Amino acid sequence: MKKSNEPFWWALFAGGGMLSAFFLPVLILLTGLAMPLGWVEPPSYEAALSLLKHPLTRLFLLLLISLSMFHWAHRFRFTLYDGLQLKHLHTLIAVLCYGTAIAVSVVTVWVLWRV
Amino acid sequence: MADNPHYTKYHPKWYRHKVPIFWWVHKWTSIKFITREITSVFVAFYAVVLLFHVSAVAQGPEAYDSFLSCMKSPVSIGAHLLALLFASFHSYTWFSLAPKGLVVKMRGERVSGPVIAGAHYVAWLIVSIVVAWIVLSA
Repeated sequence: MKKSNEPFWWALFAGGGMLSAFFLPVLILLTGLAMPLGWVEPPSYEAALSLLKHPLTRLFLLLLISLSMFHWAHRFRFTLYDGLQLKHLHTLIAVLCYGTAIAVSVVTVWVLWRV
Repeated sequence: MADNPHYTKYHPKWYRHKVPIFWWVHKWTSIKFITREITSVFVAFYAVVLLFHVSAVAQGPEAYDSFLSCMKSPVSIGAHLLALLFASFHSYTWFSLAPKGLVVKMRGERVSGPVIAGAHYVAWLIVSIVVAWIVLSA
């Protein structure tokens, strides 16, 4: 029997699901609504840069962005299979979904590396 | 004789049950299931926004200012409001399923599902407060 690589993708999906469940709502509320609408003051450029320069912030952002993308890739893949009945395109869909997640992760590493 | 080896005269037609694309709209549980699956699109949306945010800070003060003014556009506000609703639904469903994958024993007794889920909700609240405190005091 061919060894399945499904547990590997599932682990990335679960890790991303956990991180995004804990961190995304508060970040979306702050950066997407509270700051643009003037409820709270966004950090000054210097403050944002010094926060970003901290290695722990960068490690956290890499894990959050990358694993969130893998979470999306895995879930969206099965949404297309089951929701839209596209099981016959499974290779193409898997390559597009995981490929996007890998590409975004690579860009994230590159951006964070140059800070 | 064997000009076309793939040709079989009496090949049976496989029975395939046809499922309509919108099979899930007729039942509340399947609408909830599809909604939960769709939350992943908003998770990815915000992950990319966050990447642009980081990239703007990395590029310099002008890029950071123009990113912040982009976030003030009505389209962005609407998208983030929708993203907040879906992301919160993701958190809610994710933590409510946590007891299914987690067996915790205390003094030899299995901790009940609602207690495990409740602990996750409390942790979610604490994490949110800590993150807000770090971002706002930066």
